[in-house]
Amino acid sequence: MSTRPHRHVTATDGQRLAVYSAGDPSGPTLVLVHGYPDNASVWDALAADLAADHHVVTYDVRGAGRSTAPDDRSGYLLGQLADDLRAVVDSVSPDHPVHLVAHDWGSIQTWHAVTEPAHAHRFASFTSLSGPDLDHAGHWLREAPDGVRNVLRQAVRSSYIGFLSTPGLPEAAWLSGIGGLALAALEHVGGGPRVPARRTTRDYLNGLALYRANMLRRFTRPTGRRTGVPVQALAPTHDAFMVDQVQSNAGRWADDFRFHRFHGGHWSLRSRPAPVARRVRAFVAEIESGAPRPVRNLTAHQARRHGGAFAGQVAVITGAGGGIGRCLAFELAERGARIVAVDVNGPAAERTAALCSLVTPGSAARRVDVTDAAAMDELASWVREEYGVPDMVVNNAGIGVAGPFLEATTEDLERVVDVNLWGVINGVRAFAPMMVESGGGGRIVNTASAASYLPSRLYGAYSATKAAVLALSHSLRGELAGRGVSVTAVCPGLIDTGIVSSARVSGLGEVSRTKDRLNRLYRLRGYTPERAARRIADAVESDPEMVPVTSEAHIGLALSRISPAAVRGYARVAPPL
Amino acid sequence: MSHKNVTGDTASRSELDAFRELQQLAYQAASDVAATLEPGVTEREAARRIREHLEERGVQDWFHTPFAWFGDRTAFRNFHVPLQFFPTGRRLEEGMPFILDCAPVRDGYVADIGYSGYLGENPLHDLLMDDLRAHRDLIVDRVRAGDTLQDVYRAVDALIREQGYENRHRIYPGRVIAHQVGKVESRLPRAIVAGFGVRSLQTLFGDLLVERVHHRSPLWADGDVSAHPATPGMWAVEPHIGFRDMGVKFEEILVVTEDDAHWLDDDLPHVRRWARTSPAPTDTSEETATA
Repeated sequence: MSTRPHRHVTATDGQRLAVYSAGDPSGPTLVLVHGYPDNASVWDALAADLAADHHVVTYDVRGAGRSTAPDDRSGYLLGQLADDLRAVVDSVSPDHPVHLVAHDWGSIQTWHAVTEPAHAHRFASFTSLSGPDLDHAGHWLREAPDGVRNVLRQAVRSSYIGFLSTPGLPEAAWLSGIGGLALAALEHVGGGPRVPARRTTRDYLNGLALYRANMLRRFTRPTGRRTGVPVQALAPTHDAFMVDQVQSNAGRWADDFRFHRFHGGHWSLRSRPAPVARRVRAFVAEIESGAPRPVRNLTAHQARRHGGAFAGQVAVITGAGGGIGRCLAFELAERGARIVAVDVNGPAAERTAALCSLVTPGSAARRVDVTDAAAMDELASWVREEYGVPDMVVNNAGIGVAGPFLEATTEDLERVVDVNLWGVINGVRAFAPMMVESGGGGRIVNTASAASYLPSRLYGAYSATKAAVLALSHSLRGELAGRGVSVTAVCPGLIDTGIVSSARVSGLGEVSRTKDRLNRLYRLRGYTPERAARRIADAVESDPEMVPVTSEAHIGLALSRISPAAVRGYARVAPPL
Repeated sequence: MSHKNVTGDTASRSELDAFRELQQLAYQAASDVAATLEPGVTEREAARRIREHLEERGVQDWFHTPFAWFGDRTAFRNFHVPLQFFPTGRRLEEGMPFILDCAPVRDGYVADIGYSGYLGENPLHDLLMDDLRAHRDLIVDRVRAGDTLQDVYRAVDALIREQGYENRHRIYPGRVIAHQVGKVESRLPRAIVAGFGVRSLQTLFGDLLVERVHHRSPLWADGDVSAHPATPGMWAVEPHIGFRDMGVKFEEILVVTEDDAHWLDDDLPHVRRWARTSPAPTDTSEETATA
């Protein structure tokens, strides 16, 4: 993109904004808004990519780059910045609504513009990178809908705001060069090739007024700002300044919202624009196609309950025809995900998908046997064709085998290894490569079991397969950590799913009587799969290594670490069955 | 005492007519009040409207006073103690399901009904209502076949699970899907204790004692005490299914005789609804929502 402005737009208060454009003027118009302490050049790589089939417009926000700067701090209030964006949009595309892409402080001011009823009709879509609406963030910080822990995590990452708001200190840091060094170090977070930023001292100094004029006021007295403009928030996995939830929380305020992650740091769009360009291109094409926007059917309670951590995502779940898999499908659908429900029982998978589609439109069912590697590969390419690369793959299909190991038949043993272990292996091999290749940000969730660390004479073969899944998940997590795909192992414990009724039982006398007693035990424990699914979905948001679900799963895990001897003793206990 | 009723002869035709008439009246009250519900109404207010509506029409006593559940309370979310069943100050909003449940007594005859609705449009609520139909058919078929109540309960459970829903009647005290009702012939004063009429409670506890001697129960649940075929008499059956924040149910009287069983009345709002949406019984997995 040229370094000379192609035109100047005069703002409502007389400031002159430098506007640059590139690409095909007949294509859809994108307006890109940069953050602090950047100028329009932060977009060079992304604009070059998108210019192939779009009319790409960037501008220097007031005070930055080649735009003029107001004398007074009040010239940087959010309302004025939103008016600037509107002036640029009216100038470059007077007849058609434009698509917005914004980063960091650019995203903050663009959020303010799309939630402003007077401006919203000028915008066809908004892609937000690493920047929340300040009022939304204010509510999020005060009410902690995603938990106090996340608020504290965000507070740590926002600590620089205090520094930037202190009079004189940040100016001294920038002018002495110390601030620049610190920032350069932070730009390494998230990895990737380093592309030096082209900034001037003016960009560093003028932009401080953004923080000083707006932050305190918005955080202490947040108002409720909604928007009907379709919004997608893209969050880098290694953002030094932002936790996922403060961005995905916007799902509470935007009627048409989606949230995706990609592998990278706060400024990785400078060096690796591909994952962002891919999402922007798909989103713009979807809106431009004029297809009816999906309408979700939520009760008043559901609409209030969730942010947007899974909104607009695609989740593939195996074993989704019943039990935890089915309930997890419902839970994620309620949180806005489209579900590909996979099960060896076709009608059960279809029922799951049908119910999911009634909550969030766009789910599908596939009848696939997870033990069949070729069929899983086929499933993966089908999903890629129909939905694109999934955001989440849950390798959940599993069967139970109980009874003394020595009395189990070869057939039973082969079956349990095939489904429980090979099913996970096939799922990982089918989906992980495309999740890595597409730029990361995805999640793989494997269902292991509390039996993987609690040995028992009751379920030797079962616990062996689940321990293998747990070990595989740990190692895979290490392998994929540097490529932006997270791996989580779920260890449920006793969940009343009916797994007992379909389990193979060997050498325990009369089978139905044993099963009756086991079923009664599970029923008395009373931990429903719905509750387990809620717990899993909550936990997976923050990509933990392991999710023990029930209290016995937690206690067992602690015990297996504190006192392995006690766990070995438990393995010898004959259950009263 | 009603245990004569429940252990032996089924009520005469005129008695059945009286039960049917009261059940009609109760359903009419629920649907009339449901039509008046608007955003902002509290559960207490809705319950009061049903009560007044029925008392104006000759109802003198209650098996239990009217209940109203709004929003996720229709699925009994976070219910831990029985007091939570009573109407609260929760206000109805657009996008909320609701259930009205009442059990009036008039001239000794009892009705116990449940009416489900939704303020606004949600195809999922329609689907849940449609899927209740399979349960109504299943229950009467299995009782007719002479299955034990425990087995019928488990069959309903299996169907709920297959449909992808949750069993919510297990939240009722005693996990009951149904309880026996009979004519109330008590000399006790008409008084309401904790939402239940003392005359009706006297009848119920009398039945509990008598049935206990026969190793049976007037309460129909999945425990071993329900491992017997349905006792002849009248059962108020209330399958209650839930999906996420939504619960739906119906409650009506099943008449059980020595060798047969039938629903007391087929001219009820939910039955008419099914006849309207799909005249023939359908397979649950193929049903589509009618918005």
